[in-house]
Amino acid sequence: MPAFGVQSSVMENLISIRGLTVAFDGVPALRGIDLDVQPGEAVGLVGESGCGKSVTWLAALGLLPGHAAVGGSVRLGGQELLGAPAQTLDKVRGGRVAMIFQDPASALNPVIRVGRQVEEALRLHRGLTGAAARAEARRLFEQVGIPDPAGRLNSFAHEMSGGQNQRVMIAMALAGRPDLLIADEPTTALDATIQAQILDLLRRVQQDHGMALVLISHDLGVVADLCSKVGVMYAGRMIEDGSADQIFQSPSHPYTRGLLAALPEMIGPRRRLEAIQGAVPNPADMPPGCAFAPRCTQAGSDCDAGTPNLRRVAGGHRAACLRIAA
Amino acid sequence: MIGFLGLRLLRAALTIVLVVSFAFIVLRLSGDPAMTIMSPEAPPEAIAAFRTAWGLDRPVWEQYFSYFGAILQGELGQSMRDGRPAMAVVLERIPATLMLTIPALIVKVGIGVPAGVFAALYRNSWIDRLVMALAVAGFTVPSFVLGLILVLIFAVSLGWLPSGGQDSWRNIILPVITMSLGGAGVLARFTRSAMLEVLGQPYIRTATAKGVPWAAVVRGHALPNAAIPTVTIVGFMVGTLIAGAVVVESVFSWPGVGRLLVVAVANRDLAIVQCILLLVAVTMVTANFIVDLLYGVLDPRLRGTASTGAH
Ligand SMILES: Nc1ncnc2c1ncn2[C@@H]1O[C@H](COP(=O)(O)OP(=O)(O)OP(=O)(O)O)[C@@H](O)[C@H]1O
Ligand code: SF4
Ligand SMILES: [Mg+2]
Repeated sequence: MPAFGVQSSVMENLISIRGLTVAFDGVPALRGIDLDVQPGEAVGLVGESGCGKSVTWLAALGLLPGHAAVGGSVRLGGQELLGAPAQTLDKVRGGRVAMIFQDPASALNPVIRVGRQVEEALRLHRGLTGAAARAEARRLFEQVGIPDPAGRLNSFAHEMSGGQNQRVMIAMALAGRPDLLIADEPTTALDATIQAQILDLLRRVQQDHGMALVLISHDLGVVADLCSKVGVMYAGRMIEDGSADQIFQSPSHPYTRGLLAALPEMIGPRRRLEAIQGAVPNPADMPPGCAFAPRCTQAGSDCDAGTPNLRRVAGGHRAACLRIAA
Repeated sequence: MIGFLGLRLLRAALTIVLVVSFAFIVLRLSGDPAMTIMSPEAPPEAIAAFRTAWGLDRPVWEQYFSYFGAILQGELGQSMRDGRPAMAVVLERIPATLMLTIPALIVKVGIGVPAGVFAALYRNSWIDRLVMALAVAGFTVPSFVLGLILVLIFAVSLGWLPSGGQDSWRNIILPVITMSLGGAGVLARFTRSAMLEVLGQPYIRTATAKGVPWAAVVRGHALPNAAIPTVTIVGFMVGTLIAGAVVVESVFSWPGVGRLLVVAVANRDLAIVQCILLLVAVTMVTANFIVDLLYGVLDPRLRGTASTGAH
């Protein structure tokens, strides 16, 4: 079954995730994720904390610790990444798929000058060393808007602000000229004004490089702003996906509607009542049927029978809820 | 940087003053050297003469200040036993001690650090369990017990190695092993936890995520960070190079500073004991100072001022 409603695959998928499962010491964290990203497109991934947004991409790139059991398939071009040899993964990571993280200050090595950390990526993926690597690192710093780029190459992470550190992370991600950039809550740890600057930067580099972008975020406003496609995750599953317009204009899944109702800009006296009650279920103790049932205002006894699959709402728009008319 | 150095130096000097004062107080409080050295049956005039000769009849505070004044002039007194300058007596023992403690330090670091790194890299595997079991064994067995066991096995039963004496390099093998195992165990445990801590840091995931092969992540990204806490422990060990062999020197009848200290304490030879303590204090303080400097080299966050760039 095609994910993200791509019936006629006009475009070859850049990366294609099928039935991705992850369990930590036997406790399931992902319960079958399907997700496609096409070249150059921006996909938003939203959902409450702990629903598996980060784990999806960490698993895809083989970055999870040893006690994680990963199943399913992740194909990049024609190449299967799950279980691929280390050398293959080392070429893919940073070379074809780059990733940046939430807290840029701790994501940079504290004892290595930031310039050298960028040069390391340039050496690994583009074979640049010495003065050539230095010049390219400088150019990348300039491109991501770091003031005094030549001087900053010699700085350590602790000597720079969070926003500058995130710019360094972005420069490092661009160093390998990736086809896909995964930005895992890239602005959560930053001040509001800096957030806007970093998001602008992400939008700009995505367009300049024709790179695909996966933006993981709690902030639906940010996703609406940057992404053309959106996936909504709940308790280790994709529960709704479609174009940004479809998700934001006509959300179908009760959970997505709840998320949108909780958005500050949309809060009116009447909608506030719709904000989602209750908490995410414990992964070790999932409800028998629809994982959202305990919190769902539309739940009925039929919802406990089995986990609903994604059904078509409209062209390219799908939701995993029994109340969607088939 | 100057302020940093100045502060460290001041602290070092203060530590030495404290150790020396402490030595003075403890030694004066713990019995009358005249009685011990002369034996209580000696004629009272002889004891009084001894006291005058060594300044023991003057008020304690006066003794304290003249003692300090003498130290500042490099005057460390004479051995009460044979009247030779205390410093000379102590210094001539140092090579013998270093002959044990330096190889022991090398063995501790050479075994302990790699063992700890491997235990961390293969966390919860049999390698990890084996290393940790050996480490615990290494530092729970007291060194005199370990020394005796090694002597029984390798000198007495098997006859492979000598149990005492110092006529060949083979003599240092058993004492060095005895002295190193505990320290290697401590270092292995410490290195392991430092390494585990570092391996869990986000920057390690960043390095892997940008395509650095795992071996290079460990070498280039994890080890330089794990070295920072590990250096502290190695620094402590460097600080014990002079006096760290007391037990082992006794077990193996090794004529080093440690044995000299034991004999001098038993004899209440104040000048010798004070001289050794001063030397120990200076070594420890120097080692600490070097550790502080190394921190600055290893950890840019401790270098104080920003090195480059505008804010
Ligand atoms: N290393 C790990 N060991 C054990 N459990 C983990 C680990 N990493 C993630 N998990 C679990 O997997 C689930 C999904 O986590 P994940 O980090 O993907 O959530 P998320 O959607 O990214 O949330 P957030 O918005 O808080 O980042 C959570 O229940 C989390 O506790
Ligand atoms: S399947 Fe039932 S419980 Fe689940 S979201 Fe739809 S209505 Fe709610
Ligand atoms: Mg996350």
